[in-house]
Amino acid sequence: MRVSYNWLKEYVELDISPQELAHKLTMAGIEVDSVEYLGEGIDNVVIGQIIDVVDHPNADKLVICKVDIGTDVLQIVTGAPNVVKDGKVAVAIIGCHLPNGVKIKKAKLRGEVSQGMMCSAQELGLDPKNFSEEQQTGIIIFQNDAAVVGDDVKKTLGLDNYVLELGLTPNRADCMSMVNVAKEIAALTGGEFRLPSMAIEETEGQSVSRLADVQIVEEDLCHRYVARVIRNISIGPSPLWMQQHLKASGVRPINNVVDVTNFIMMELGQPLHAFDYDKLADNRIVVRKSVQGEKITTIDEEERELDKDTLVIADAEKAVAIAGVMGGFDSEVTEETTNILLESAYFQGESIRRTAKKVGLRSESSARFEKGIDKAQSAAAADRAAQLIAELGGGQVAPGVIDVYPKPWEQPVITMRSERVNKLLGTSISCDDMKVLLRRLWMEVEEVETGVLKAKVPSYRNDLTSEIDLVEEIARLYGYGNIDTTMPKGEPSAEPITPEEILKTKVTKGLISCGLNEMISYSFISPKAMDKLLVTEGHPWRTYVEIQNPLTEEQGVMRTSLLPGLLETAAKNFKRRQLNLQFFEIGRVFLLSEDRLPDERVKIGAIVSGEQFNGWVQKSTPLDFFHLKGIVESLLQQLDVEDVEFKAAAVPEDYPSLHPGRAAEVILSGECIGYIGEVHPQALSNVGLQQRATVMELDGRLLLEHVNLVPSYVNLPKFPVVSRDLAIVVEDAVSADAIDELIREVGGELLKGITLFDVYKGTQISEGYRSLAYSMTYQALDRTLTDDEVSQLHDKIQDSLLEKFRAKVR
Amino acid sequence: MRDKLQEIKATALDELSKAVNLDQLESLRIKYFGKKGELTQVLRGMGKLSPEERPLIGQLANQIRDQIEEQLQVKRQDLEKVVQTKRLEEERIDITLPGRDFNLGTRHPLYQILDEIIDIFRGLGFSVVEGPEIELDYYNFEALNLPKDHPARDMQDSFYITEEVLLRTHTSPVQIRTMERKNSQLPIRIIAPGKVYRRDDDATHSPMFHQVEGLLVDKHVTFGDLKGTLLTFARQIFGQDRKIRLRPSYFPFTEPSAEVDVSCINCGGSGCRVCSHTGWLEILGSGLVHPRVLEMAGYDPEEVSGFAFGMGVERITMLKYGIDDLRLLFDNDLRFLQQF
Ligand SMILES: [Zn+2]
Repeated sequence: MRVSYNWLKEYVELDISPQELAHKLTMAGIEVDSVEYLGEGIDNVVIGQIIDVVDHPNADKLVICKVDIGTDVLQIVTGAPNVVKDGKVAVAIIGCHLPNGVKIKKAKLRGEVSQGMMCSAQELGLDPKNFSEEQQTGIIIFQNDAAVVGDDVKKTLGLDNYVLELGLTPNRADCMSMVNVAKEIAALTGGEFRLPSMAIEETEGQSVSRLADVQIVEEDLCHRYVARVIRNISIGPSPLWMQQHLKASGVRPINNVVDVTNFIMMELGQPLHAFDYDKLADNRIVVRKSVQGEKITTIDEEERELDKDTLVIADAEKAVAIAGVMGGFDSEVTEETTNILLESAYFQGESIRRTAKKVGLRSESSARFEKGIDKAQSAAAADRAAQLIAELGGGQVAPGVIDVYPKPWEQPVITMRSERVNKLLGTSISCDDMKVLLRRLWMEVEEVETGVLKAKVPSYRNDLTSEIDLVEEIARLYGYGNIDTTMPKGEPSAEPITPEEILKTKVTKGLISCGLNEMISYSFISPKAMDKLLVTEGHPWRTYVEIQNPLTEEQGVMRTSLLPGLLETAAKNFKRRQLNLQFFEIGRVFLLSEDRLPDERVKIGAIVSGEQFNGWVQKSTPLDFFHLKGIVESLLQQLDVEDVEFKAAAVPEDYPSLHPGRAAEVILSGECIGYIGEVHPQALSNVGLQQRATVMELDGRLLLEHVNLVPSYVNLPKFPVVSRDLAIVVEDAVSADAIDELIREVGGELLKGITLFDVYKGTQISEGYRSLAYSMTYQALDRTLTDDEVSQLHDKIQDSLLEKFRAKVR
Repeated sequence: MRDKLQEIKATALDELSKAVNLDQLESLRIKYFGKKGELTQVLRGMGKLSPEERPLIGQLANQIRDQIEEQLQVKRQDLEKVVQTKRLEEERIDITLPGRDFNLGTRHPLYQILDEIIDIFRGLGFSVVEGPEIELDYYNFEALNLPKDHPARDMQDSFYITEEVLLRTHTSPVQIRTMERKNSQLPIRIIAPGKVYRRDDDATHSPMFHQVEGLLVDKHVTFGDLKGTLLTFARQIFGQDRKIRLRPSYFPFTEPSAEVDVSCINCGGSGCRVCSHTGWLEILGSGLVHPRVLEMAGYDPEEVSGFAFGMGVERITMLKYGIDDLRLLFDNDLRFLQQF
């Protein structure tokens, strides 16, 4: 809502600056988004009158004007097509800066001196559409009586004014009215409020009840319909003061009738509609629902087909307006109109909201109906508008008024306990002070018993219905800033930190210390993302939770895996020439479920790709499968997970996006909690990542079942560790895991640790074989192991390996 | 014998003083104290002395041995020092060469701030609760006093899954879920961080963003308590000199409602570009829990009261780190992430 400061002064005494006013309103909950000075940047532009026009001797398209600006007569050369002798114009004099950045200097145009410029609307930073067609292509020419030579153009155009842009919350739609804003200001400043005159002068003649007939079919959707008829008017422009008020409010002046309806809407918040009385068949108004397929051409000259539920205003034959949203073209007020039927109605908000949405039209009137207008005021608004139309159009208001009012407004009476107010706010405001505060808000207040007030709410405050609403009003007027600052008393909440939170923290810290960077990607993905990742039809990753109304197809479904986001991020960074790519994300994926809500599962995802630069001391290391596997292993170790196994994953059946030879399931105590694997080269190329990448994804909930978040202390060993190495040559087919398992099995309790420190294939080893070198540590908890004991056990391990895997000692 | 000893002493001390390295020193030790060493030999010859002379010579021999040994020790220390000094000199490195690369990862800046927020409220006795990101219309709107067709629903354009299921538009549904779970027990002091979704995508809006919801329900909770709690928060996160101001506002699930501004962290309140020359920055919305919301969740608003607040984590992150482009937070550009 744009509120003109000058216009406001007509309704309330204002002795504070627009900026101060803005602050006061903001601090009272009527947020002022901006304060705009309409004449911003327009200085040294004055009204001048063209007293002479002669052709330019050296240019066909230019003329030389003599312009009287009161203090001087200037010679100005111009190419404007609409200069006319005696015309009053806006003259930018030498030294003036215009809003568009132009600086006016003394100049010679084709040899003739020019001492200024006559301005167009654009040059003054004004909306050309507010001016006549002729003036849109040329300069502004003022109506003779509308401008005084020598005046500052800001005064003439009403630009010496401020506009406060209100960002209204939905509960304060009443402030979409100048009068109601003025009332609010009066409550805040104590300034005197002045209601505009609602007096109406009816003429002799046929009464309105004989001229027209109103019938409301849908009483639930139309609670009130007031109609007045104004006769014998002539359509013309509205007066300058009205145009200026409308322009400041952002409304384009059209003609005296339409302008009055808009003026009253801005002033009182009551949307009005003016019909050409003579075009209403049978002079009837019927408020009804449309029939399926019913057509209406609206004033934007668009033919619209309606469904069966749209509230329309119809005459005896057809729909003539979409109620509260837009008028019909056929019954529109035109230059030829002489008789008017004026509508001032109350349409139910939800219905208008649905209609406006359906037909895709949001207007100043529909916005007001949607949020609820002042039902008690419809007749007064009609009176004031009819009177103004008659005055401005030289017509007569037909005697009487039609006021069909099936659901009259009932004034709410709210009981408020002063003690309750103070208890909630933490204040000690006296009951008398509360009375004063409520009365300032135009309520009738009565203390019905000690400390209990009954307040009658004014008709425009639809938002006030219960005691708590008045508590807020008291707090607002008392000032939030004046309420004492205290800390909550009482018991602290005793809920412990949940295992989920602890796990999340530990995993996050662990992955960061492993060098991974945390990323956040959108929870929605494109359904096509899974095509790129080679995910086949029927794969569980394809059973998405779909968004009905996504912003773009790219964000059409909820992610079922973190993989698309991880790969996209890696690819994006790769394109920015980042080569050491290490990311992780902890976030939810969404799986369809039998329940009303999908299954939301926290996943821990990571991607590594490229190589890690180690500086000058050491060669770079590849960010490959084993790098990420190492991270997973360290993480699981840190989480005290005992039984960890990596098992070759089924590709493409289960993991179609992975490299078939480089993919594993992560298995904890026999349960698969996720996967790790190199990304399939085809998938890499599909996402535009031109280097190998390895990814992993673990399920948070499943992981939680296997971790030990509170490790228990074990005594430190008191006896020394003995370490022995062992190198064997085995066939490639023998997995490291199998060897590891056998060593542990044979080694038993005394074997404390195994480290594989070398894997070798090459000239000294026959093809199809590889050499694995282990370092083993032995230790007993209760004694120092003898050399013999260790050797025996070590040999036993070696023998079992030789036997079971047909290994050779190297 | 006496002369012999004196002579050994003189020679030994002289030789010791001339030794230039530890090897020479070791040979001297063997020369005098070895099995066949000169001093050893002399001492061995003591048996031939008369009983009168033996103790006298013996005493002298011991004296001389101690003197030589002491000198040997001193010399060894000297020579060792020389060796060490030399070694240290040789081992000089170019300490200006860069250190070995350690590849540390980074916590996302948004979550660093979230961690801070959580820490602050934990310190105030709040515990952390989470709720589903895909919500029932009931929890997201209806139970928050936002019935169907409520005009305020327009403030939050939603992504729908079905008519009754949507991506939550705020973390406020966790308030309701918590109150239901608590089953009219008191007190409730929770914060609920998480992702939320709205159909908005431009320079200052992201369709997915993060909020932290707070809820305190107990007997005798006042609007003043809300102010105190938020002031504590603002000072802890933005600095001790911060002031806050509450402006009346409207949320269907709180009343009285307030927008909360903090004095500008850039200019301190005098007005600058960051605060659009107002001196204030809007950081969160809050209010007393609406009686109808308490009622729907099974609490008697005559008996208990509460306050709730909700803040955007992106906004606070951008303010604190001086980030001027929201999109950076979800672009995952390494060059950005590694700045934090
Ligand atoms: Zn500032």
